[in-house]
Amino acid sequence: MSVTPPPDSPAELQRRQPVFRGLDAGHLACQGCGQALAARLVTEAIGPDVVIANATGCLEVFTTAWPRTAWRVPWIHSVFANTPAVASGIEAALKMQGRDTRVVALGGDGGTFDIGLQALSAMFERNHNVLYVCFDNEAYMNTGVQRSSSTPHAAMTTTSPPGRERMGKRHLKKDLLSIIAAHHIPYAATATVAYPSDLRKKVRRGLAIEGAAFVLVHSPCPLGWGHGGELSIEVARLAVQTGIFPLVELERGALVAAMALREVRPVTDYLKLQGRFRHLFADDPAAREELEHLQALANHNIELYRLRGARSDPRDSEGADTVRRGGLRWA
Amino acid sequence: MRAAIEGSAAIARAVAMCRPQVVSAYPITPQTHIVEALARMIAQGELRAELVSVESEFSAASVVLGAAAAGSRAYTATSAQGLLLMTEVLYNIGGLRIPVVMTCANRAIGAPVSAWNDQQDSMAMRDTGWLQLYCADNQEAVDTTIQAFRIAERTELPVMVCVDGYVLTHTLEPIDLPSQEQVDAFLPPYRFSRALDPRNPISIGNLVTPEYYSEARHAHHQAILRAREEIIAADRDWAAICGRSWDGLLAVDGPPDARLGILTIGSVMGTLFDARQAHPEFGAVKLIKLRAMRPFPVAELIGACAGLSDLIVLERALSPGGGGIVGAEVRAALFEAPSRPKIHNFAAGLGGRDMPLDLYPRLLARIAHEAPVQFAIFDLEPERLPPQER
Repeated sequence: MSVTPPPDSPAELQRRQPVFRGLDAGHLACQGCGQALAARLVTEAIGPDVVIANATGCLEVFTTAWPRTAWRVPWIHSVFANTPAVASGIEAALKMQGRDTRVVALGGDGGTFDIGLQALSAMFERNHNVLYVCFDNEAYMNTGVQRSSSTPHAAMTTTSPPGRERMGKRHLKKDLLSIIAAHHIPYAATATVAYPSDLRKKVRRGLAIEGAAFVLVHSPCPLGWGHGGELSIEVARLAVQTGIFPLVELERGALVAAMALREVRPVTDYLKLQGRFRHLFADDPAAREELEHLQALANHNIELYRLRGARSDPRDSEGADTVRRGGLRWA
Repeated sequence: MRAAIEGSAAIARAVAMCRPQVVSAYPITPQTHIVEALARMIAQGELRAELVSVESEFSAASVVLGAAAAGSRAYTATSAQGLLLMTEVLYNIGGLRIPVVMTCANRAIGAPVSAWNDQQDSMAMRDTGWLQLYCADNQEAVDTTIQAFRIAERTELPVMVCVDGYVLTHTLEPIDLPSQEQVDAFLPPYRFSRALDPRNPISIGNLVTPEYYSEARHAHHQAILRAREEIIAADRDWAAICGRSWDGLLAVDGPPDARLGILTIGSVMGTLFDARQAHPEFGAVKLIKLRAMRPFPVAELIGACAGLSDLIVLERALSPGGGGIVGAEVRAALFEAPSRPKIHNFAAGLGGRDMPLDLYPRLLARIAHEAPVQFAIFDLEPERLPPQER
C-alpha cells in the first residue's frame, strides 16, 4: 500500500515544481526580491532550449559572481546598453545555423527605459525573433536606488529625494508600453510577480509568436521601495488592483486584452506600504496634491485600458499562494 | 585572379570568401563601401549570411559579439567616430575573448571635424585587448583579412585589420584575389569552444571580484602575447597557398648593414619604397613596416634595428601631451636592446594631409642636421597658426 504524501510536504512540493528552472537557487538576491522571483518564473516558462542575453544590473550581479553561476541555460552578459543588439546577433547566428533555440533578452528598467532604449527600438524595428523581458523595479536599484525614467511620479530615490522644494520625482514614469506599441511588434504585454500564472502565460505567448515580443514585469524591490520582503507579492498585487500597473496584452501595437478589476482599490492602499512614498502622507498640501495626482494617473489607466469590469478578478486568480505552491498546477 | 579593384570591394570579396554567417554594420560615414558590397552579395545570393543593419556602430559591435558567441563567424567594419562609439563593446569583446574580425578603415577623429585618413582611431583602441594588424596596400589587406579570421578563431581573440581610409579603401589597384578553394583550404569552418549552446550551458560575462580580476587580465595579456605565433603561422600557411607573405609581425626591407632606418605603419610604406628608389643619394636606408601593433613585436623590432645609428619613427596619430604613440612603444621596446639607435619620432599625414614622395628626402635631411626630437609633427605649417599657438 502506497502512502500518499501530504500536499504540503517537502516531497510533494518538490514534485510539483516545474521540471526545469533556468535560474536556480543559490544566487545572492535580497529576501523578497521581485526580480529574482520574476526571472525564475520566466525561465520556468521558457524551458531549457534557450540562449539568454542579460543586461548589466542586479540580476546579472546576484546570479553570476565568478566562479559561480545560478544559470542552467547558456547566458551572456555584455554591457549595459547593448543587450538587444547582442540578442539580435545571437538570433541571427542561430537562424543561420538552422537552429530553433529561442533567444531571450533580460534587462531592468534602467537598461530598457533608459540606456538600452535605442538598441531595443532597433531590435524591434528589425523584428528579430527575440523575447525581451524587462524587470521593472522602477529605479537603479543595483547601484543604490537612483531615479530612472521608469521611477513613478513623486517617488523618493537617492537622486529624487523629497525636501522643502521637492516632492520626490518631478516627472512622470515613462510610458514605455506606448513606445513599444508604436513599433507594432507581434506581441507585447505587461505582467507582474503577483500573478505568476499570468506571467508564465505571457512569456509562453511571447515565445510562441514568430518575431519580436516584449514583456514588462513589475518587480518589487523591497530595498528600493521601502517595504518588508514578505510584502513583495502584496505590493505588486496592489499595483494591479489600484490601476497603477495595468496588466495588458498588445498585438501589433493594438490592445487585445486587459485584466479587469472587479473592485478598484484606492491608490493610497498601494502607496502606504512603501517607504518611497512615505513623504506623501505628511500633513502638507503639496503631499495631498501629489496623492491626488497619483490617483488621477491610476484613474487614467483604468479608463484607458477599460480595467473596470467583472470578467475576472485578480484577487481570485492565482496569486501569492501560487508561488508558494511552486506553480506547476497553474503553469 | 588579378583584377583592378577598389580596396573596399576587394576587402568585401575577401570577407565573403571567408563565409561569415553574420555581418553587421552601421551603413554611413565613416563606413566604407565594404558593407554595401557585402549587402549586394547577400542580396544576389552569392554570400549566404545574415546582414544585420543596425542603428549605431555600438550595436554593430554588439551584434557581432552575440553572433560569434552563439557560434557563427561574424564580421563588422567601421572607423573614426564609429570606432569610438564602439569603444565600450570593443573592450568587452576583448575581455570576453570573442573571435570576431573587424576592418578599421583608418580615419581621423574630430574635433576638428575631419573625414580623412590618419590612424588616430585604431591607435585609440590599442588597449581594448584586440589584436591589431596594419596593412600597407590592398593586396595585403585582402590577405590579412583572410588570415585574420584564422588567427581570431585559433586564438579565440578578436582581430582588427587596419587599412588606411581613402588611401587604400577608395583606391583602385591591381589585386590578386584568391579562389574560394584556396580560402576554404586555409580557413576551416568556424568553431568556438565557449559557444552559447543549450546542450552545454555556460555563463559568459560574469561579475568578477578583485579576487579574480587580475588573473583574468593576466590571462588576456598572455593570450595576446602568445597570438604572435598564430599571426606568423597564418602568414606562413597562407603564403604556402597563394605565394604571398607579409612577413608576419614586422617586415624589414633594406641592407642589413644600413645605418639609417625608417619605421612606419600602414600605407605610407609604399610612398617610402618609391621615394627610396628615387633618392639613392641618401645611401642604404632600412624600411621597417610594423604589421602587428598588438601584440607588439619587441624581439623582431630589436632585431630589425640592430646596427642602426638613427631610426625615424613616422606615424599618423599622437597622444596630445604625450607625443607619438608608436614612437613611445618603439622607444620602450628598444630600451633593453644591447645597442639602440637614436630615435626621431614624427607624426605626419594627420587628418588626410598628403604624404608626398619628398617626405623621404626631407625626413632624412632633417635628422642629418638636427639632434633627435622627442616628438614633432613633421609636416606642420606653423604660419597657419596664430603666433601664440605655434
